[in-house]
Amino acid sequence: MTTILEKPGYNPDKQYKIVGTSPVKHDGFDKVTGRAKFAADAFLPGMLVGKFLRSPHPHAILKRIDISKAEKLPGVKAVVTRDDFPEIKAGTGGGDMTRLVMAREKVYWEGHPVAAVAATSESIAKKALKLIEVEYEVLPHVIDPLEAMRDDAPILHDYMRTKGAKGPAAEKKTNVVERLELSKGDIEKGFAQADLIVEGSYDTKPMHQGYIEPQSCIASVSDDGQVDLWCCTQAPWVYRDRLTEILKWDSSKIRIQQSELGGGFGGKTTFYAEPVSIVLSKKAKAPVKMTLTRIEVLRGTGPVSGTASKLRMGCKKDGTIVAVDAELVFQTGPYSGSAFTNAPQAMLTRYEIENVKTVSFEVVSNRPKVSSFRAPCVPQVVFGVEGLIDEMARKVGMDPLDFRLKNAIVEGHKTIYGETFTKIGFVETLKAAKACDHYKSPVPKGQGRGIACGFWFNRGGETTGSMALAPDGTVNIILGTADVAGSRMSMSMMAAEEFGIPVDRVRSQLADTNSLGYNRVTAGSRTTYSSGMIVVDSARKIIAELCRRAAKMWNVPEEGVVFEDGHCRPASSNVGDFPPLSMKDIAAKTTYTMGAICGHSEMNVTGAGPGFAVHIVDSEVDKETGLVSIKRYTIVEDAGKAISPLQVEGQFQGAAVQGIGWALNEEYIYGADGKLQNPAFLDYRMPVASDVPMIDTVIVEVANPKHPYGLRGVGEVPLTPAMAAIANSVGACIGIRPSSLPMSPPRLLKLIEEAKAKGLG
Amino acid sequence: MSRKHHVTTTVNGDEYEFLCETQQTVLDVLRDELMLTGTKEGCATGDCGACSVMVDGTLVCSCLMLAVEAEGKKIDTIEGMAADDELHPLQRKFLELNGLQCGICTPGILIAARALLERNPDPTETEVRYWLAGNLCRCTGYDKVIRSVLTAAAEMRGA
Repeated sequence: MTTILEKPGYNPDKQYKIVGTSPVKHDGFDKVTGRAKFAADAFLPGMLVGKFLRSPHPHAILKRIDISKAEKLPGVKAVVTRDDFPEIKAGTGGGDMTRLVMAREKVYWEGHPVAAVAATSESIAKKALKLIEVEYEVLPHVIDPLEAMRDDAPILHDYMRTKGAKGPAAEKKTNVVERLELSKGDIEKGFAQADLIVEGSYDTKPMHQGYIEPQSCIASVSDDGQVDLWCCTQAPWVYRDRLTEILKWDSSKIRIQQSELGGGFGGKTTFYAEPVSIVLSKKAKAPVKMTLTRIEVLRGTGPVSGTASKLRMGCKKDGTIVAVDAELVFQTGPYSGSAFTNAPQAMLTRYEIENVKTVSFEVVSNRPKVSSFRAPCVPQVVFGVEGLIDEMARKVGMDPLDFRLKNAIVEGHKTIYGETFTKIGFVETLKAAKACDHYKSPVPKGQGRGIACGFWFNRGGETTGSMALAPDGTVNIILGTADVAGSRMSMSMMAAEEFGIPVDRVRSQLADTNSLGYNRVTAGSRTTYSSGMIVVDSARKIIAELCRRAAKMWNVPEEGVVFEDGHCRPASSNVGDFPPLSMKDIAAKTTYTMGAICGHSEMNVTGAGPGFAVHIVDSEVDKETGLVSIKRYTIVEDAGKAISPLQVEGQFQGAAVQGIGWALNEEYIYGADGKLQNPAFLDYRMPVASDVPMIDTVIVEVANPKHPYGLRGVGEVPLTPAMAAIANSVGACIGIRPSSLPMSPPRLLKLIEEAKAKGLG
Repeated sequence: MSRKHHVTTTVNGDEYEFLCETQQTVLDVLRDELMLTGTKEGCATGDCGACSVMVDGTLVCSCLMLAVEAEGKKIDTIEGMAADDELHPLQRKFLELNGLQCGICTPGILIAARALLERNPDPTETEVRYWLAGNLCRCTGYDKVIRSVLTAAAEMRGA
């Protein structure tokens, strides 16, 4: 059967009744009354409490673990260590995953799990942890990725050789996982044409996704090996398949039910306690709940890659960018997985540049393994790129938006990674930014204004979903993608739009892994697009079936029936004089026709349609303390079509404030001992309400030609230019554009001094 | 084994008795003993505000108060915020204006916001921002949270 992927997608003539409005989210009621069930809100009869023992050392050989005393403590039902997990070769995907959840030969960061206990109470579990004896042989550690790249750095993995390295470098023991070159044209020729060349070195620190819900899970393993796992996850099917790989367990015997997700932002795409709770439950023969503490979340789960980049860019007097040379370093923790390849692909994709050379390195060090975060690895590099773009604009005497318009890509652009874009909205977004009130208003005295632009691919991928019509004519949708911020409602809205019925007659729910086929991780701004394609396709299948049933009930040919506004009607008076049949009329009679009416769809969705954003920021810097205040912030972004404008605005606003945190405050601080010094919200300070202003939004709508309603993903794009725009505004305030994040008061004070000494600012 | 403490307390108008260990907090007992899981644990260090409840009319982080201290006290949690079938205006405005995304911080924010409006029915934007500075939200960027509170306040004043 063909799907809507093979048919022309966007219909510019369609008039919407529900899409483009912002009805109250169905899942919202439970969230304002306390009824919503997040991961830690579930309990099972006979449930035990599981706790981790974690390494106090950043790098050490794990010589001996003695659990005998802990096992004897009354109330302790199971203790597990590396010996309870199947051996998988180190350096493979599965080998890294199993070592991430439970250390084997070595511990690789302070906080690396070395054992876990299940007991009848939390206090007993904690006592048991103290009875576990671990003998470590402490090794020298390395935290900073640039230091980890040096020849004399402590080597984490003896087996590691740099993928993509050439010559003798390819044979050496190293901490560099991969060297990747992605280039086009000839940069020497490009720079030779340049009238102006600018360059800079930039660094950004790891920050944490900062979801307010710590990871929690309950595993229950039956005597015959059936696993029931309840957890907060962006990736139920991915977790299932990885559990199969590292626990050597049949996928058919693992059922994962996702809970409400209390924030993820990419961080809940990797499992931590889930495999361990399964092994504990199997050993204890009882359900085991494991909930991470905030300290464990910060110390033990994936932060975001820190980066170092060296950039050189050249342009002509008229503003045409002619060449870019980039060297990029990405810190990944002890195992590969930073998704750094996004960065060289996305960092410049919005400008037409003939000659580009990028060389990227992914580097291991003794920190927690990184995990995804909105547009993984891209905002960190855009931070530098958009600073240099601004500098070029200033030096050639152009308005910063005009400079970007001069170089902006349009439909037909062939990217550095080989994709050719269909209709895109970058120029429209830049023009909307230029026309918005914020940009047109003068910069208030004492403040500085910065702008920056960003891009994200937006993703598709394998997606399944199912829809069923109930006898009362209401519709249930089962979704394979997680709901990270309200996507269930967008799905219900799209279904209601297709059927022409009120959205309150449609409900969407989150599937468990047994009820649908494989779904790729809910990430990369793919959900509303991909599951949206599934929902529209499934609804259209149901509509076709409704017409067949009506034809049967009227005893007329199928072509004689049309569907509109929730009803089947005769296509013309020639068909016969039949009163319209509502969805309910037909659904109530399915027993007498051909049984239940369901729609189902599975696709490897393509055509997600890239997104672009412009951020405009006004900030003020206290020259005595170095404190930055964000005074005004506007995001202009192409959403293709906003299914629910309030939800789209929410995505923009949330990303902006995450960007403010990353730009001004958030970082992982390590002591010389390799231990994280700020694993608590008091010291790892995320923005609070009094730190930020209202965030203004302008939704641009340049339809994505592939989607029936024209939508594009909106989750990642709005973070990509945030830190760059803020840094550009701070630069306008103090005279020197910061090149190091976070722009915290001590760092900024130094820059202010430097600017004064140079007579700038 | 340490002996547990017997505590009698009132939650959302109903009397409850529970046994707790000395180190257990009000949050631990609400969630794990009384199964009132609407109050959330985000940090257990009093920094995120997800566990906000009212104790005898005062806004507290329930993770910072020992359960034994609840003896004879009146605790109000998110589960008691809606009256019968009627949502509190704050709850309604958070729904209408999309003042929540994932919803994990929402119960704490609603409890804190109600405490603000009880003492200051007409707060400025800045007053709302500083009052809610003890409630972390990572999804919304606070914009629609603040608008929801200000709009609910106006409605409650009859403005």
